[in-house]
Amino acid sequence: MVTLTIDGKVISAPEGATILEAARANGINIPSLCYLKDINQIAACRVCVVEIEGITRLMPACDNQVAEGMVIRTNSPRVREARRVNLQLILSQHDCRCATCVRSGNCTLQTLANDMNLLDTPYETVLPLRRWNKTLPLQRDAAKCIKCMRCVQICDKVQSLNIWDVAGTGSRTTVNVSKNRKLEEADCAYCGQCITHCPVGALSERDDTAKAFAALADPDKITVIQVAPAVRAAWAEDFGLPLDVATPGRMVSALKSLGFDYVYDTNFSADLTIMEEGSEFVERFTHKDQYPWPMFTSCCPGWVRFVKSQFPDFVPNLSTAKSPQQMFGAVAKTYFAEKKGIPLEKLKVISVMPCVSKKAESDLPTMRGDSGCKDVDIVLTTRELARLLKSDHVNLRNLPEQPFDSPLGTGTGAAVIFGATGGVMDAALRSAYFLVTGRNPDADAFLPVRGMDGWKEAAFDIPGAGTVRVAVAHGLGNTRKLMEALQAGKVHYDFVEIMACPGGCAGGGGQPIHDGLEMAALRGSVLWELDHNSKFRFSHENPEVHALYDEYLEQPLSHKAHHLLHTDHTAWSMP
Amino acid sequence: MSRLSIRTKSQAEAVVEDLYHSAERRIASSPPGLCPVDMTLTFLNLCHAQSCGKCVPCRVGLGQLSTLLRQVLDGEATLETIDTIEATARVIHDTADCAIGIDAALQVLLGVRGFRDDYVSHITEGRCLGGLENPVPCVALCPAGVDIPGYVALVSEGRYADAVKLIRKDNPFPTACAYICEHPCEARCRRGMIDNPINIRGLKKFAVNNAGDVPNPSCAPDTGKRVAIVGGGPGGLSAAYYLRLMGHQVTVYEKQKKLGGMLRYGIPSYRFPREKLDAEIASILSTGIEVRLETTIGEDISYNDLRKQYDALYLAIGAQTDKKTGIPGEDSEGVISAVELLRGIGDDIMPDFTGKKVVVIGGGNVAMDVTRSAIRLGAEKVSCVYRRRQADMTALAEEVEGALAEGAELLTLQAPVRIEADETGHAAALWVQPQIIGPVGRDGRPRPNQADAPEVRIPADLILVAIGQGVETYYFEQGGVPVRRGSFLAEADSSLDTQEGVFAGGDCVTGPATAIRAIAAGKVAAANIDDYLGFHHVITTDVQILPPPRLNNLPPHGRVNLAEREAGERKKDFACIECEMSLEEASTEAKRCLRCDHFGYGSFKGGRIERW
Repeated sequence: MVTLTIDGKVISAPEGATILEAARANGINIPSLCYLKDINQIAACRVCVVEIEGITRLMPACDNQVAEGMVIRTNSPRVREARRVNLQLILSQHDCRCATCVRSGNCTLQTLANDMNLLDTPYETVLPLRRWNKTLPLQRDAAKCIKCMRCVQICDKVQSLNIWDVAGTGSRTTVNVSKNRKLEEADCAYCGQCITHCPVGALSERDDTAKAFAALADPDKITVIQVAPAVRAAWAEDFGLPLDVATPGRMVSALKSLGFDYVYDTNFSADLTIMEEGSEFVERFTHKDQYPWPMFTSCCPGWVRFVKSQFPDFVPNLSTAKSPQQMFGAVAKTYFAEKKGIPLEKLKVISVMPCVSKKAESDLPTMRGDSGCKDVDIVLTTRELARLLKSDHVNLRNLPEQPFDSPLGTGTGAAVIFGATGGVMDAALRSAYFLVTGRNPDADAFLPVRGMDGWKEAAFDIPGAGTVRVAVAHGLGNTRKLMEALQAGKVHYDFVEIMACPGGCAGGGGQPIHDGLEMAALRGSVLWELDHNSKFRFSHENPEVHALYDEYLEQPLSHKAHHLLHTDHTAWSMP
Repeated sequence: MSRLSIRTKSQAEAVVEDLYHSAERRIASSPPGLCPVDMTLTFLNLCHAQSCGKCVPCRVGLGQLSTLLRQVLDGEATLETIDTIEATARVIHDTADCAIGIDAALQVLLGVRGFRDDYVSHITEGRCLGGLENPVPCVALCPAGVDIPGYVALVSEGRYADAVKLIRKDNPFPTACAYICEHPCEARCRRGMIDNPINIRGLKKFAVNNAGDVPNPSCAPDTGKRVAIVGGGPGGLSAAYYLRLMGHQVTVYEKQKKLGGMLRYGIPSYRFPREKLDAEIASILSTGIEVRLETTIGEDISYNDLRKQYDALYLAIGAQTDKKTGIPGEDSEGVISAVELLRGIGDDIMPDFTGKKVVVIGGGNVAMDVTRSAIRLGAEKVSCVYRRRQADMTALAEEVEGALAEGAELLTLQAPVRIEADETGHAAALWVQPQIIGPVGRDGRPRPNQADAPEVRIPADLILVAIGQGVETYYFEQGGVPVRRGSFLAEADSSLDTQEGVFAGGDCVTGPATAIRAIAAGKVAAANIDDYLGFHHVITTDVQILPPPRLNNLPPHGRVNLAEREAGERKKDFACIECEMSLEEASTEAKRCLRCDHFGYGSFKGGRIERW
């Protein structure tokens, strides 16, 4: 430990700690902008500069270490001036039309400028041209980019895809897709982690709320909306609602108040996924020599894009089951439409996902029904849902709780945990055990697959089938390590769950943004809690799923189930 | 009003003069990888500010060019803009009245022709093709990518053995490079923007000479693969060292009596003491490398047999043959090639030149090496004959100055014509044709032309020819190794296109170059041979934690230079010329380092490469 003085306060801090960490740990809030702990400590914005006695120049607090006896001032006249000028310089290259920015109210630059009482700047504003394909799920506005480099670092260090890089030098230095590619030519997984770690509005998802409003406005359209498991753990964060108010039931009411005709639950199709994928696993596991190993989950479109571009040899190992979003769409546009007698051209299926990659998934050529129309018409992120609710000025607190509609609105505890890392594996093991043994295991028998470790391993005995070696990874950097180990023959598994985003969908790239905070673990715990309190905790106990099989699909892996619920991952290619 | 007055600088002139010096230093310290269009625009603006304003092309034209270039950079241009830029620059070049406009336009013209694709990319994609690939200039410019900020920081803390370990991660010849490296790392050192580059080589020398015995890392488990290295010079031994660390069995084939290549048979011991070389080679061999001395491929063992016996081959035979001047009388007795002389000295065969008049032909580093060796061998007079000017010599300036200080004569602008022999067939004189310096050629150097003056006779007892070296390709070419313009034709990964499992690098591919280039080539070959053999061993070091950078080292401060022994003394022996830094000096110098791995782009993209 070293002892130092900050703003007259004597504090002690661990050796090697940065000045910023030491100050914040002692309640001294040095403002920062580009800083992202452990990911981006590059001292680029120069907002966190401090004055150190005996050091001639001001020093950034984020990447310089404390030393014994240091005397630091974080609010001297020099520091104040430097902070103001540097912020004004950043603003001179930033499109400051905040009123029309998706991040207004949740922008670190805006907050800092407001905090510093920057009412004016002496500098001429110079903005670069915006060149971007507006149809892509991931949008970048060069005029808002403050070159903090967080997107570059998240993609390099956490997701290992190196999609972003610094482009150019000198005054026109900016961030762009690496290796002089366009995004549509790049192997981007569309995980959206760059968006959730952007401090400003430079990166965002393609806004599809207007399409949703158009569908709602069209009297000829019947709207069906599905809500992904992880959305319920985060949907009201932008409204500051406490967790006991921000319940799934209140979310249903909120969606109803927007005018959606049927409010359904992706949990329903998550259970359906388990029936198909779990059965597929049992089939593969009991005919081991006929399949490549291990089998991989296929619910995460970011992961599917990743494996197709990075480890194409492993594509045959993916479960052929569609993701819950797409199973829902396929069922809605067949079973549901037939059951309700709705002509397909009138039916609009909309989903709310914690995910940016789902937008790309719904556009795949393989995700269309026999009529040729898309199974899921519009994909909104959790953030877009919040924007829909805000623009309608829905008063969430006053809404009653109500259940999802039927027949696609029931989900079990095994489905809701699809939104957290380990959840799909946990749910699949619960039902696989049942499928093999005919009886339920303890619903909490598979604890080792849960939790925030980046790469988890476990082995479970299923009487009659043998030992199942499983692994779970989340975050594409962890995934790459796991895949390289598999490729090198260093590890051997039977079943592997991958989620592209750290923490799984709970930390998804479409979730609400809280700069500097990683919310995945907290949101995940909400989902595990919902599972714990569920009446049904096994996908194979979902009564609506039973009804679907009885009335329409016959049984898991039936011909019809294959046609609607499974896909060919090789029928499209990555750039 | 006085009729005449003495001109003195105004304060503004004095300050601007400082600005010019600062600009010179800054240009010299430009990091590699900057946007060429942006640099052109910036240079153009400087040129425009130099315009006196009299003539239209310069006063108006340069400004309009600047606007056009800015439009390109800001994405406001069309592809036609490039044509407008080219036409405008052409006309300014044709019509400006003086060099201020003419040369400015020429630079734009050269750029628009030389990197047109960059212009196009800015216009169509709004981005530059290039980029800062390695943000730390010294690391970027070291061919072997040695972790320079790392070891300089370690030297500042007195951790010399750690410094040596860190260097060996990328270069197994820290001592050789401490003495003789041409230190390209210093060329764009950012410290140059403030005062002068860090004396990187001097600090390395301090580290190696104060580190004591530093053991090598242990080798990876035996892979069962066998690799032959042809040539025991710095390149071959570097490849051998890393391949051995990776767990492969390595055998080095060397034609000469001892290992070291040009470090022994090219570089005289007054620049690099033999005991230091021997110790360094012993350290490399201690990893368990097998050596076959005095074994010539093609004579003692055929190339094809070698290929059959090993899983992979690395050809690092260097450029060991001498080039001939082709002038009459070259066969006379007393005409010795530099390669031959230096090779003998390398094997401790010291000819006696006492009382002899020696003439050296050539202007490169080897010419200086034989000049200074001849002085040490007792020659009465050593004259170095060169057909261009001193400024055009390819030898390092300090080598030329050193030779001059030791009493060598430089006869410049003299082209050798013929060698006159006496009746016994022994050289008696070199006849030369005086030259006049002429227009600059394609290589950017002024060409010498024959002067309107009669030939001159330079009496000589011995004539040493140092005009270049070639590669002994014969037996390898017979074996199918591709050869182009006298050198092996290898890819950038040092593999041969036509022969699987055979790699080549160093002087035998590039022609005569530097030790550090050969070392870098050996490192590249080792990595790619390892991959070729089906492995991916990672070379790293246990030295990881660096002292934190100093926050207060920006005020301009003089650079610590290495002194040399007194010229009158040092010319009498082959002992090392160069003195060392004191502890005080080394510590002062190391603390000047700006730690570009931490400050600037380095804190973002790193720059210290911790493994390969």
